[in-house]
Amino acid sequence: MIAHGFVHKYGDNVDTDVIIPARYLNTSKHEELAAHCMEDIDKEFVNKVKSGDIMVAGKNFGCGSSREHAPIAIKASGISCVIASTFARIFYRNAINIGLAILECDEAAQAIENGHEVSVDFDTGVITDITTGATYQAQPFPPFIQNIIEKGGLLASISERL
Amino acid sequence: MGMTMTQKILAAHAGLDSVVAGQLIEAQLDLCLGNDITAPVAINEFERAGATSVFDRTRIALVMDHFTPNKDIKAAQQVKRTREFAGKYDIVNFFDVGRMGIEHALLPEQGLVGPGDCIIGADSHTCTYGALGAFSTGVGSTDLAAGIATGKTWFKVPSAIKVELKGALKPFVSGKDVILHLIGRIGVDGALYRSLEFVGEGVKALSMDDRLCIANMAIEAGAKNGIFPVDEVTLAYCKDRFLREIRVFEADEDAVYDETVVIDLDTLRPTIAFPHLPENTKTIDECAGAVQIHQVVIGSCTNGRIEDMRAAAEVLKGKKVADGVRCIIIPATQEIWKQSMHEGLFDIFIDAGAVVSTPTCGPCLGGHMGILAEGERAVSTTNRNFVGRMGHVDSEIYLASPYVAAACAVTGTLTDPATL
Repeated sequence: MIAHGFVHKYGDNVDTDVIIPARYLNTSKHEELAAHCMEDIDKEFVNKVKSGDIMVAGKNFGCGSSREHAPIAIKASGISCVIASTFARIFYRNAINIGLAILECDEAAQAIENGHEVSVDFDTGVITDITTGATYQAQPFPPFIQNIIEKGGLLASISERL
Repeated sequence: MGMTMTQKILAAHAGLDSVVAGQLIEAQLDLCLGNDITAPVAINEFERAGATSVFDRTRIALVMDHFTPNKDIKAAQQVKRTREFAGKYDIVNFFDVGRMGIEHALLPEQGLVGPGDCIIGADSHTCTYGALGAFSTGVGSTDLAAGIATGKTWFKVPSAIKVELKGALKPFVSGKDVILHLIGRIGVDGALYRSLEFVGEGVKALSMDDRLCIANMAIEAGAKNGIFPVDEVTLAYCKDRFLREIRVFEADEDAVYDETVVIDLDTLRPTIAFPHLPENTKTIDECAGAVQIHQVVIGSCTNGRIEDMRAAAEVLKGKKVADGVRCIIIPATQEIWKQSMHEGLFDIFIDAGAVVSTPTCGPCLGGHMGILAEGERAVSTTNRNFVGRMGHVDSEIYLASPYVAAACAVTGTLTDPATL
């Protein structure tokens, strides 16, 4: 599995309130959530983002509320992968559970800049900054996590077992 | 190797003699919680997975508290969806308007959570129940759906930071100041993936409402859970309330902690977190009079309990809310509301020019009942001061205790309650 796209870069402590403000949590429709993704820190994000793009951020990405609407909004906006120095723990779990690929890689998160073209190989964990030619090694997903992401989420991946 | 209190609870719920930090386990759940925002997403996932039964209709709590009483049509649709699910599966603990309160005040009060429990909730402040000596943590809606269907979930066993409390709190200093001080010291990711285990002789002097407030905000330091030992205060709180078996777990004497943080309660001062992170703390001595404010909110799962109401009343008694300030007070549950009314606190609030709302999370997350306009500032007893959290993206939130918030309402600026 490979992700490939252009980078939208943010700083440390991007919280779930700015990823999807609570005023839009009166719906669980994916496309409605995506329409307001990142609105409070980057009004232009929803206009700029293209399918397959990659989000890069600093430490503690996704801190705050447990709202699963946050990774849903990011995924539904077209983002194929989030790379960060570290993730807040509830967001980390939620992202995998809904099938949003995320990678912890401090070196890549610091070096990759906004607008760069990046590819990610989920089998090997190699992140390539195509713009600069630099590569970074993240921990690859074990097969069962890859399976969750490919199936589109935890419950989709286990539904045959229920 | 010795285990922390959290590790012991997790081991017991996984049917293991011992666990170590980093180990992946599957644990039995004593309770699963959802609210009007997170439950609808969980119900979607539950149905999408083809589940047709719940693990135990008495061990699921669904609390309609965030946008209720329904703030708009979409919110009403979400509550309706949850209500229908609760009806279909005969969920015993479905709390609608009239029975509901803010979930993390309501569940301990109703005796649904207690010592030794292992609990997940699709709300980040589910860590509150650690005050009672439970392992309790926030998850997302998909984890909740799987929990509701199977009664189990997986965890990575956390390591822990030991927080040693010494001495006792001075007047006008409360549990809120303890947790804001701690977050200011270790940062919003200072306990990421880890437990915060509160120990020491200082614990004894903390009331259950203070402990609930402290455990509630463990997540604001990134923690997986916050937990207090079970003592006389816990047992007195649980008496006649928590009817299941009380299971007391204690950390081993040789338990291993990543680090120890010591807090001297005697010297702690009223503390305020400045925008836009809970770690941006200052003592009141460093910031009194620093900014003019437009709104005060006293309530939430952090500070909407009876002691919080009494603290606000102690400060507001015989005083007036300053011109240009709106003071919104929200007792967290019906029981707290009634108690406040009987104690005459509402007379004090209303005579001071404050308003009293029915229980709701409302303004804390910018839902309703007190949204901020562009450029407005609020002092709030809630738990997050992120950008846009309470309204306009250019508004500001200053987090504080009920004593401090009430004092700020009277003066219209950041104020030490002891100086009024």
